[in-house]
Amino acid sequence: MAARGLRLGRLLVIGVPMGWLLLFFLAPFLIDFKISLSEVRLAIPPYAPLLEWADGKLVALHLHLTNYRYLFTDSLYVSAYGYSLKVAAVSTVLCLLLGYPMALGIARAEPARRNLLLMLVILPFWTSFLLRVYAWMGLLRNNGLINNLLLWAGVIDTPIQMMQTDFAVYLGIVYSYLPFMILPLYTNLEKHDGTLLEAAADLGAKPLAAFLRVTLPLSVPGILAGALLVFIPVVGEYVIPTLLGRPDQLMIGRVLSDEFFANRDWPVASAVAMLMLLLLVAPIVAFQRLQNNASEAR
Amino acid sequence: MPISSRALAVSALALLLAACGGKKSETTPAPAAEEAVVNVYNWSDYIDTTVLEDFTKETGIKVNYDVFDSNELLQTKLLSGKSGYDVVVPSGSFLEKQIQAGVFQKLDKSKLANLANIDAAIQTATAKHDAGNEHAVAYFWGTSGVGYNIDKVKAAMPNAPVNSFAMFYDPKVIANFKKCGVTILDAPDEVVATVLLYLGREPMSEKAEDLAAAEKVLLSIRPFVREIKSSGYLDDLANGEICLSLGWSGDVGQGKSRAEEAGKGVKLQYNIPKEGAIQFFDMLAIPADAPHVGNAHKFINYLLSKDVAIKNTNFVRYASPNAAARDGIDPAITGDANIYPTPEVAAKLSPNLARSQEYTRELTRVWTRFKTGK
Repeated sequence: MAARGLRLGRLLVIGVPMGWLLLFFLAPFLIDFKISLSEVRLAIPPYAPLLEWADGKLVALHLHLTNYRYLFTDSLYVSAYGYSLKVAAVSTVLCLLLGYPMALGIARAEPARRNLLLMLVILPFWTSFLLRVYAWMGLLRNNGLINNLLLWAGVIDTPIQMMQTDFAVYLGIVYSYLPFMILPLYTNLEKHDGTLLEAAADLGAKPLAAFLRVTLPLSVPGILAGALLVFIPVVGEYVIPTLLGRPDQLMIGRVLSDEFFANRDWPVASAVAMLMLLLLVAPIVAFQRLQNNASEAR
Repeated sequence: MPISSRALAVSALALLLAACGGKKSETTPAPAAEEAVVNVYNWSDYIDTTVLEDFTKETGIKVNYDVFDSNELLQTKLLSGKSGYDVVVPSGSFLEKQIQAGVFQKLDKSKLANLANIDAAIQTATAKHDAGNEHAVAYFWGTSGVGYNIDKVKAAMPNAPVNSFAMFYDPKVIANFKKCGVTILDAPDEVVATVLLYLGREPMSEKAEDLAAAEKVLLSIRPFVREIKSSGYLDDLANGEICLSLGWSGDVGQGKSRAEEAGKGVKLQYNIPKEGAIQFFDMLAIPADAPHVGNAHKFINYLLSKDVAIKNTNFVRYASPNAAARDGIDPAITGDANIYPTPEVAAKLSPNLARSQEYTRELTRVWTRFKTGK
């Protein structure tokens, strides 16, 4: 009896997240995949059905691979994918450079102050993400707070063009995604055993050497987790480059929305999304492998 | 391991059941009596909200009012099906395609007594989108043209051709405004049509050579354009962030009144260019699967009544197709030839017709090259 109850409990515990994944990840993925193989048409919904039924029997199966082939006939898609990956990689490195010292600082702070510092990291989430990006627009624009302040102080004569630049996009992305780097890093760093550093010092390691040879290697899983949490969403980022960036910085998110909204071509839009997912699988697998190696090494 | 695979099977079954259940419920018949509600989806800043309150007071029908800011967004909701809206307001060129897709039901004209108030000339024009005006009726109409900050433009170029598309499409002219800021509408079909007007070509042409000619112009002026967008530019104009916009008539009008409210001395003006302009009609229509068809007709008929049209136009500042209301509207609006054009100017306006799917794809590609400058 007891074993049975345990099994039921386990089933529930594993079943709920499984069901969640099936419903909110696998099902949309399959729907998306299905649409990517169909043909565009003017109707509700705006694509042709894959399967043709008559009297409850399957009559025909229409698969269109042309949507995928199309993505390679035009340099637009390849260059947008490339640019998205570049932006995501640079942003991840910037977040790491900024986030690591902050996470380390919080982890090494007095326990009583830690909660306050963590609160400060999480605090921006209390406001809508969109509003915060708009706030940056208010700060950065030619007629905005920063330029007006500099003009008033006499530091500059003409406003500095900050909106619609690479700088604004990276600023927006790093600002928005920094907490996703700090939090997993902090959870990792906070668990480190302080006596290891004392031992390193006793054995003659300077603080920098102790950091490089003890803290840093131990924190690799945290770095990887943080990097994944930043890299993956930034590849598909749509809002920040649209609001802060130049129109010629074409990321894949914007191409996707153009296909969906402007071209009314759901099949090609779905193909773009599928390919983006494929592109992300490679780094995820690589990260996973690194993480496994790191945990085995311990 | 066996547990998780079983969990998988159970969840998959549940999914399947849910999917089948969804199919079944489609066949449930609609309830006979309509609840006293109408769901309206309109453009932002496109109604005097007291109109909604008055409608509820007079008829007892509650209005659920929701707004959008692009035809594409509305279209996506409509094409997904079961939007739940009773009254929507697509522009003519979009409406044309949506009718073909079977999105809308025919209007029951016996329930729309106030249809008689609509200007016959407007009826003729909208019939190009919707043969016989069977599915929709015009709500407001406008044009895309030159919106600008009078003082800043004068300072940047004293003899600027403010009544011509040369402001945007002549690189020698637009270069003067690069510093003070230029925006272009993010509406590919409409903007390319205005380039063709400027070049003296047929604005609705789908010929490859015309599109190529337009692309050449667009690429040549790209370095001088700061942003390509359809919303937000009226605020940018009003607060002096930019000085020149290829924008919509009523938007610039609203920007003008916002600038006056702000009191910073920004003076805005909208001109219909001498080359002509693209005319758009925003149309009231009822989706085929609207839950409250009777109330939708009542609401549309209410908007078409003379007094409501007067009130609404005074707020929205676009041209009303309502002929009966014309004399009651604020003379500052009806007297503005850039909102209510003279017959000679009106003759030069071309409606924005729907383009083919193939042309739209080519157009979007050209548009992307324009945006990216490559």
